[in-house]
Amino acid sequence: MQTKRITFNNRWLPYLLVAPQLAITLVFFIWPASQALYQSVLREDAFGLSSEFVWFENFETLFDDPLYLSSFKVTLVFSAGTTLLSMGAALLLAVMADRVIRGSTFYKTFLIWPYAVAPAVAGVLWWFMFNPTIGILAYTMRQLGYDWNHTLNANDALLLIIIAAAWKQVSYNFLFFLAGLQAIPRSLIEAAAIDGAGPQKRFWTIVFPLLSPTAFFLMVVNIVYSFFETFAIVHATTAGGPGQATSILVYKVWRDGFVSLDLGGSAAQSVILMLIVISLTVVQFRFIERRVEY
Amino acid sequence: MATISLDKVRKVYAGGVEAVKGVSIDIADGEFIVLVGPSGCGKSTLLRMIAGLEEISDGEIRIGDRVVNRVEPADRDIAMVFQNYALYPHMTVYNNLAYGLKNRGEPKDEIDKRVKEAARILEIGDFLDRKPRQLSGGQRQRVAMGRAIVRKPAAFLFDEPLSNLDAKLRVQMRIEIKRLQETLGTTSVYVTHDQLEAMTLAHRLVVLNHGRIEQIGTPLEVYEKPASTFVAGFIGSPAMNLIPVKAKDGRLHLESGEGLDAPDGFGAEHALLGVRPEDLQVDADGAENADALSLRMKVIAVEPVGAESYVHGRVAGVVDDVVVRVPAKAEFSAGAELNLKASRDRLHVFDAANGGRLNG
Amino acid sequence: MVENRPWLTFISHLVLIIGLAIVVFPVWVAFVASTYDPKSMLSGVVPLTPGDQFFQNYYQIFVEGLSSAGAPPVGLMMVNSMVMAMAIAIGKIAISIISAFAIVYFKFPGRVLAFWTIFITLMLPVEVRILPTFEVTAGLGLLNSYSGLTLPLIASATATFLFRQFFMTIPEELSEAARIDGAGPLKFFRDILLPLSRTNMAGLFVILFIYGWNQYLWPLIVTTDESYYTIVMGIQRMVTVPDSEPLWHVIMATVLLAMIPPVLVVVFMQRLFIKGLVETEK
Repeated sequence: MQTKRITFNNRWLPYLLVAPQLAITLVFFIWPASQALYQSVLREDAFGLSSEFVWFENFETLFDDPLYLSSFKVTLVFSAGTTLLSMGAALLLAVMADRVIRGSTFYKTFLIWPYAVAPAVAGVLWWFMFNPTIGILAYTMRQLGYDWNHTLNANDALLLIIIAAAWKQVSYNFLFFLAGLQAIPRSLIEAAAIDGAGPQKRFWTIVFPLLSPTAFFLMVVNIVYSFFETFAIVHATTAGGPGQATSILVYKVWRDGFVSLDLGGSAAQSVILMLIVISLTVVQFRFIERRVEY
Repeated sequence: MATISLDKVRKVYAGGVEAVKGVSIDIADGEFIVLVGPSGCGKSTLLRMIAGLEEISDGEIRIGDRVVNRVEPADRDIAMVFQNYALYPHMTVYNNLAYGLKNRGEPKDEIDKRVKEAARILEIGDFLDRKPRQLSGGQRQRVAMGRAIVRKPAAFLFDEPLSNLDAKLRVQMRIEIKRLQETLGTTSVYVTHDQLEAMTLAHRLVVLNHGRIEQIGTPLEVYEKPASTFVAGFIGSPAMNLIPVKAKDGRLHLESGEGLDAPDGFGAEHALLGVRPEDLQVDADGAENADALSLRMKVIAVEPVGAESYVHGRVAGVVDDVVVRVPAKAEFSAGAELNLKASRDRLHVFDAANGGRLNG
Repeated sequence: MVENRPWLTFISHLVLIIGLAIVVFPVWVAFVASTYDPKSMLSGVVPLTPGDQFFQNYYQIFVEGLSSAGAPPVGLMMVNSMVMAMAIAIGKIAISIISAFAIVYFKFPGRVLAFWTIFITLMLPVEVRILPTFEVTAGLGLLNSYSGLTLPLIASATATFLFRQFFMTIPEELSEAARIDGAGPLKFFRDILLPLSRTNMAGLFVILFIYGWNQYLWPLIVTTDESYYTIVMGIQRMVTVPDSEPLWHVIMATVLLAMIPPVLVVVFMQRLFIKGLVETEK
């Protein structure tokens, strides 16, 4: 690993400088993570008095548990839905914002602020609008002949959290797509126009391929977001319901640990989640390395 | 003011690469020494060792009477001008000059006096409140020098300070550095890869190659009596022509058959004959002369540079092009055959095996 | 654009305006809801034009709080959120910049190990190690305290990498010149590195402020004492009042207040925000 050619000589100063960061990391990150690893192979008795080493039994139980498997499925649907919806909408808006000359700063300002909205707040906003009795959107849909009720209908509930999660994430994707679009050299577009390609053809043959690295990067970021940063949306609105319809993995790990007090099971879920984050991080870094080479 | 002496200084990097292989130089008080050589010859490493920015693997460096091997750069009483100037971008010119003095705890009015004095000498008094990014390249260069002179150090170290300037400014700043060094009389060590800069600035040149000294001498000594083929090729532009010859019966023979008497005490069998482009004359009759070198050259191209022209051509048995300096008005065209002549006392003879100089 | 097609431009504007409307609509609805009294909220669909209870509602939640709403006054929660966001943003920047300084400018045994230890935190978001982290925090007696709210979130691999990346782009000659000018490591850090890092710190601050303000899960589990509630989690407490309809006008007013500080930061520091966003993802 690189340092500067010239380095300062000091025996204790560098340790003093990294100490705060390392102390926090060890106490609040590394130690808890290793505790999760340790507890994931233990089983405590009902009173928490004794524990027993059970190898991978907690994991086996987990993968035999239809509730856990369904939580996995819910998470995948939720993640795919959120990623597609927010990236699609963001790409459309970015392409349009890249086209218009007048007012583009105005549009940009008004499209990026939802980034600052807390996921919990985003969830509550949409939850209110879809409220079956007083929500304006639920009312509109009733007029259109659909009886929306996310407290009873599993699909409605899942759709609700997808919309709320995507709504917040559009601004982020929009910014990166717009930056990607603006990084495409004008001369390339002009050359294609001289070659006789119309706006639509240009988009699919020139712009879209050049944008694909950005799109891939955003896809990873969005998957990470929908897997790990959406606890608040679920917890503040549907609370995993109806039934287990919106019980995504990060919600379930919290619920099993804090509400059901199933330490071993919750720890095993933590370990699985860690593996997912690690693999997503690796993918992301591989990609960044490749991008740097270009 | 101080002398600087280097005694068998070596630099070995962690990977085992030996950048400087035992260099000894004695620099007199007030002398302007230029370290010159191609990139990778170790000249910058050597300068940085004098500055204290690189550790010394072996040997000894003294500034004045003091061995400085283990002395921090700030305590060596030197100042350095960097290639990219290394001005502090967020400080005004004034603060750039004053920073080193402040760190040394000089009193405020003394700092002010010295900064103003340096600014006056370098004519940067009008820019003292500006930030480096608001200055032109030449002005930044002056600020970098100002930062060196406010300190009144025992020695100035210059690390290719002019290589970021355009050609015209470079000439101007070169003259200014020379004038400044003469006025202040401060011992200076200057690193460059530009042989013209080296020739014009130096009291003495140190030509380095692969971490070793090839030659130390005044610019004229080095030009007139290059110690090796490397120096002969590096100093002077266009470079000296080198022509392979064989020694037989007290005469040197070219591959084309012509020959001349060997210099006194010449022993080697294979040699390289060096002759500078300005020492070759175009000779109309082409008669052979035992006391001079004669060559037949076929012209390939003519490069007019204004006051004179350089004619490039091929000589049988010589791999590289031979270059001749001719008056600008002389006209030659490609394909023409020329007879060239150089008088014997203008010839340099080098050992073909190790490149060392053979004649006195 | 390359060719002039008025209808395409028109469609672009239309799409953008529709997108804008979708983005803004929920906030408008929330604003409208926050201007009615509770009775009109129970009698059917929320109207689309504001009512007349604006000042009353906001005064009530801001100053008095609503015991029946299950949360302390919004003013107090906003102060808590502000403390948490500022402490996290400033703390992360401070400990990251000094560790990046150590890693870039010093060679010391254990340097690579320190780097990788910090790197690992990237892979351990609070959501996945929630229970053991809670246990550690509880064990240290940090529940219901500002330290408990902030310290466990204050390590940052991202910020450390950002500063490391930035320091690597600073020319070596600058530190060499400083050394010749007699500046030791701490002086160099204070006089050269810190001033040069100003815009990076500002960009990062915007992102981290938003991150800290919007924390939800962590304050939810480490605070049981109402006086440490932050506004974002306080909303959840209001939403889940047992045995009664949520007080929508109060909740929506709180939601708006919870959005205002981070949204203002993004809108008014847009350049820094975008810079911070792009750089933390590198």
